Amino acid sequence: MAFTAFASQTTVEQAPRKRSFVALVLLLPGIAYLLLFFLTPLISLVITSFQEPDLYGDIGDYVTAFRWENYVDAVGEYWPLILRAFGYALVATVLALVISYPIAYFIGVKARRFPLLQSLLLTLVIAPFFISFLLRTLAWKQIMSDEGPVVVFLKSIAVLPSDGHLTGTAFSVIFGLTYNFIPFMTLPLYATLERLDTRYLEAGADLYASPFTVFRTVTVPLSMPGIVSGTLLTFIPAAGDYINASRDFLGSSSTAMVGNAIEANFLVLQNYPAAAALSIVLMAVILVIVGVYVRRTGTEDLV
Amino acid sequence: MILQAIRHSQALQKARSVSLSRRGFLGAAGMSATALALAACSSGGQRADLTPAKDVSATEKTLAWSNWPAYMDEDDDGNYPTLIGFEDESGITVTYNVDVDDNNSYYAKVKDQLALGQDIGADTVCLTDWMVARLVRQGYVQELDRANIPNIANLSESFANPDFDPGRKLSLPWQGGFAGICWNKEKVPAGLKSVEDLWDPALKGRVGVLSEMRDTIGLIMLAQGADITGEWGDDDFANAMDAFTQQVEDGQIRNIKGNAYLNDLQSEDTFAAICWSGDITSLNATAGDKWEFAIPDAGGTLWNDTFVVPMGSAHKANAEAVMNYYYEPEVAAELAAWVNYVTPVVGAKEAMDLIDPELASDQLIFPDEETLSTVHVFRTLTPQEENDYQAQFQKVLLGS
Repeated sequence: MAFTAFASQTTVEQAPRKRSFVALVLLLPGIAYLLLFFLTPLISLVITSFQEPDLYGDIGDYVTAFRWENYVDAVGEYWPLILRAFGYALVATVLALVISYPIAYFIGVKARRFPLLQSLLLTLVIAPFFISFLLRTLAWKQIMSDEGPVVVFLKSIAVLPSDGHLTGTAFSVIFGLTYNFIPFMTLPLYATLERLDTRYLEAGADLYASPFTVFRTVTVPLSMPGIVSGTLLTFIPAAGDYINASRDFLGSSSTAMVGNAIEANFLVLQNYPAAAALSIVLMAVILVIVGVYVRRTGTEDLV
Repeated sequence: MILQAIRHSQALQKARSVSLSRRGFLGAAGMSATALALAACSSGGQRADLTPAKDVSATEKTLAWSNWPAYMDEDDDGNYPTLIGFEDESGITVTYNVDVDDNNSYYAKVKDQLALGQDIGADTVCLTDWMVARLVRQGYVQELDRANIPNIANLSESFANPDFDPGRKLSLPWQGGFAGICWNKEKVPAGLKSVEDLWDPALKGRVGVLSEMRDTIGLIMLAQGADITGEWGDDDFANAMDAFTQQVEDGQIRNIKGNAYLNDLQSEDTFAAICWSGDITSLNATAGDKWEFAIPDAGGTLWNDTFVVPMGSAHKANAEAVMNYYYEPEVAAELAAWVNYVTPVVGAKEAMDLIDPELASDQLIFPDEETLSTVHVFRTLTPQEENDYQAQFQKVLLGS
């Protein structure tokens, strides 16, 4: 598909020949990059997913074949983890949107008159990135540990039963996903809301719309590009995430997501075909979901 | 098939030992996606027919050594005193890489180079004995030259003849340890005696176990009366898996982890755990004397992390020099005083008496015959067993 770029380049008549040559040269590194680091591994992944075990081989030895049953086996064994991954990702995305929207609105619209405050707040949104994602997740595990302040408090007000805990539950995994992806939601939202023309809001109010109606019929539609790109940036990596749900971080054996199954098959079981098949299934499902979503929301002018 | 053809090609072997590096890489990078795809059909299988890389130790005084974390004595500045001693004595510059975090993931990382007999970035590496057994079985490691390791005479008799390498021709133990049970003395004042004690309802949701199958399932099998060293089969394994699955599903077992189980003990998410001996000594030293380790009544497991020299290593003699050095009883004692694991070196105990008599009587570092009789080595699994058992174990870990 990368080559169609060349084709369309040459058919554009009015473009000067020389410039198209320059464009081609400029494109080359990008195309080479895609071929080498995207297309090649992808093909290798597809081929691996159809391999079958070497009859006389040791652990991790596979031979090329067309064993499509790998997909049936992998989905058959891990479908609850696939569903769980998308369920967790969906909840985390919705939560991140609900939390991020007011933040982005405040920074992008309300704080407009105070540029210094605006940049300070933006810095705060990005600030978590200054510390490694793994360390922050471990820190949450520490905060939510059984003898930690949160659990002790929740137990004392009887929200948690006396033998209850937070780490290793669906709650902590979704919490971790939401927390870790909030900046990815806030920034695109901010980028669209920052350009929001407030005169539309005034016009809405002048026409006797309640603040809520103005929000629903003016603000939200105008910020749709931000909502779509924010949800995509959150949902896609969250569905494939294996850190938050990992037993070493916020998860346990009852919260494993499909990413954890891929990791275990690849690194521990050395069952490369199963890991490859699961990865492709994950990619395909994400592609379908995102395709339908983008089509439904009708946002062609994304990012 | 292609790989096998490549393996046999003399030209490549020459290129491998001299400089596979740049040309090899560019060649590979230049390959079309299809060719790469074909190369992906790695034909594994039978024992690889590899020959050792040419040893250039005489001219190149370097050694790259990969090992596990916290496995080398360290001073306050982060230097390794015993290793510096070796460098001074031998004139060999050692690149000590702490990059083995897990047997399986390390193997997954280097397996393609191993299969081709290429340099894996380590001239010697210390892996756990069951993984070493796999490397030996596949013909991935070089034979050691005993003449270069005179101190091999100090190798303890109990480690001299493992089932995967009788007579220690290809491997040499680095440090070993036990898997047993431990508990928080404040929360479980009565202490624990057996694996069954971990299933006490009072500890519900507060028990951690290791994600290392051989240790967790090994301890449960021992508790069920199986002899993990000798003859046992699918039924014994299945019985232990049933008991394990039951405890996970009931929520008795809170979590199943690798080295991170120590964090759980420290944060008191878990009060008791299946754990590794030396870790508890270190944890007590850093986080207050709160935990106690014991080998369960029915017995514990014994493992060793073991030196091997991969086929692609061009510095075997240098690797043998470092092994020889660490088999000096004085050096072994100095090391053991820091890492708190079982040393395979005879005479280290006497040397330790001079450094710290208290440590010399520590059964976790210098186990006597009586202690050793309570721990057992998990027998080497066939590839089929390993695949099958690991799959069952991972199924529980993933809750699928």
